[in-house]
Amino acid sequence: MAFLDLTHLEKTFGANRVVKDFSLGVAQGEFVSLLGPSGCGKTTVLRMVAGFEQPTTGSIRIDGQDVTGAKANARNIGMVFQAYALFPNLTVAENVAFGLRVKGVPRAERDARVTEMLRLIGLPDLGARFPFQLSGGQQQRVALARALAPRPRVLLLDEPLSALDAKIRVSLRTEIREIQKELGITTIFVTHDQEEALSMSDRIVVMNGGIADQVGSPFDIYNRPTTRFVANFVGTLNTFDARVENPETGTVTLGGVSMTLAEGSLSARKGDTVAIALRPEALHLGRTEGRETVLPARIEAVHFMGSVIRLRADIGGTKVSLDTFNRADQPPPAVGSAMEISVSGRDAIVLRG
Amino acid sequence: MIRSARFWSWIAFGAGLLYFFLPLIGMFEFSLRAKRGEYSFLAYERVLGDPQFQQTFLYSVVMALFTIVWGVFLVTPTAFWVRLKMPKLRPYIEFITLLPLVIPPIVIVFGYIRLYNTSSFLPLTGSALGTDILLMFGYAVLALPYMYRAVDTGLRTIDVGTLTEAAQSLGAGWITIMARVVLPNVLVAVLSGAFLTFAIVIGEYVFAALLNRPAFGPYMVWMGGNKAYEPAALAVIAFTITWACMGLIQLATRFSKHERAKR
Ligand SMILES: Nc1ncnc2c1ncn2[C@@H]1O[C@H](COP(=O)(O)OP(=O)(O)O)[C@@H](O)[C@H]1O
Ligand SMILES: [Mg+2]
Repeated sequence: MAFLDLTHLEKTFGANRVVKDFSLGVAQGEFVSLLGPSGCGKTTVLRMVAGFEQPTTGSIRIDGQDVTGAKANARNIGMVFQAYALFPNLTVAENVAFGLRVKGVPRAERDARVTEMLRLIGLPDLGARFPFQLSGGQQQRVALARALAPRPRVLLLDEPLSALDAKIRVSLRTEIREIQKELGITTIFVTHDQEEALSMSDRIVVMNGGIADQVGSPFDIYNRPTTRFVANFVGTLNTFDARVENPETGTVTLGGVSMTLAEGSLSARKGDTVAIALRPEALHLGRTEGRETVLPARIEAVHFMGSVIRLRADIGGTKVSLDTFNRADQPPPAVGSAMEISVSGRDAIVLRG
Repeated sequence: MIRSARFWSWIAFGAGLLYFFLPLIGMFEFSLRAKRGEYSFLAYERVLGDPQFQQTFLYSVVMALFTIVWGVFLVTPTAFWVRLKMPKLRPYIEFITLLPLVIPPIVIVFGYIRLYNTSSFLPLTGSALGTDILLMFGYAVLALPYMYRAVDTGLRTIDVGTLTEAAQSLGAGWITIMARVVLPNVLVAVLSGAFLTFAIVIGEYVFAALLNRPAFGPYMVWMGGNKAYEPAALAVIAFTITWACMGLIQLATRFSKHERAKR
């Protein structure tokens, strides 16, 4: 059994079913992200784990112990909020010590732990400051230290980086992940930012409308999305409607051009229409080695982004995005020009639902 | 054009100033004439030297302090709970806290006397201490509109919901949350409510008179009916106290704005 076990969680607010049959097992020390658009129920799941909301049905177990009905202040769970939520009347050190004081940890031990925590977050000298004297990134690190100080069993983070500047956001990702690994603490991280989820997590749960659409490693979620929603939400995607020619060999036609998909990826019958998806990096300009399918296209827009050039093109009525690397000796194609785009059927993702 | 507008606004301001200050100046001038033919502070000396003044004033100050403590104790958890758990009820609660402004104190005090007289289930008026407690409740009701608003404003400056949850996730119960998170953060706001309460209690007449307690308000009225120069001196003293309170409120709110700006 997993360390943190959520079984068939449901939550309704009035007539609004916000979380539907949500089950998830998180192993000890694992870092799991809940990824999904705003309003899909991520925060609600987290709040049920923390004890701020009571699930309508379902159960929550931590380390084999049922905590479904336990009060929030009896669960020993650390929580970090998007808005930092530091106590404005307390200093940084007092904030970090708050949970230890509540627990009745003796003074000397408390002070030692606070010092240790401040060192862990890289702010050993700021203990006497007040929260308003810190930058956003520093405040959020203090919030992390405060949550971790009482040695919680589980750490919950609700979009902790969303209120920060882009640069700090990226550096804090690494920092949070390193601290999490160092302490080996079981963590659920909520975000709507796919980059965050992909770069930080052991596993990602992609949520859509209160449902866990797909659970998997970042590599799986990105490369093998199983639903159209996941495919579209995580990364940029080009979707095509293809006609199945031969389910055994995995042959489909795409705008009259035939293409062979990876073995076993097709479970449809001849004549069916299936949705297939191709990442921008799977489409190549011109004929290239190893990409057997060649599609005629017309270039519609060119976005020069530095090392990468993103093109918009029209393939038989389907609009696609594709990336090509910048080369100083080769200017990008002109808007309106006719080009060939080559792909490999093995890179194609067959979407269900 | 602009110049004449400014001219007229100064005229209006001056007229308002005169309207407000002339009676005060007159009263002050009058209070200095206790000695025939010369200005002196004789009336003030008599008032301040009057043991009854000292007793009633002390009594009212003590009552004011108790009322403030009781009011904070009553209002802070209520305002906190309403913000946290019943935000939809806020307009109604706010309306209820305004009621003491429209219900005459005489109605309230007669209600009290009927409810808590010596032959009732809770005979508070039977003893001096009981009556003092009743008086304190009454004062708290009078102060409610100001106290509630002050505390509620203080709560608005912090994210009550999230801070409460942060404290809960760290293991804190309601008492810890009230004592270590809510109260310290609304203290400055509570202070301005406290000074208003102080001013109200010091000047209050109806409750104290009808409950027959030796408070400062009835003493002022008695003085007004029986002396010539002393009431004017007393009025000046009372005004000074009120203004000192208002000055302290100003200081407190400026302090709190400073705090907020830093945040
Ligand atoms: N206390 C509540 N009462 C009513 N509806 C709520 C409450 N909390 C959340 N919701 C609704 O539940 C849905 C999911 O919210 P939330 O879990 O916050 O989504 P996310 O964190 O993914 O953005 C939203 O439509 C929101 O309006
Ligand atoms: Mg959310």
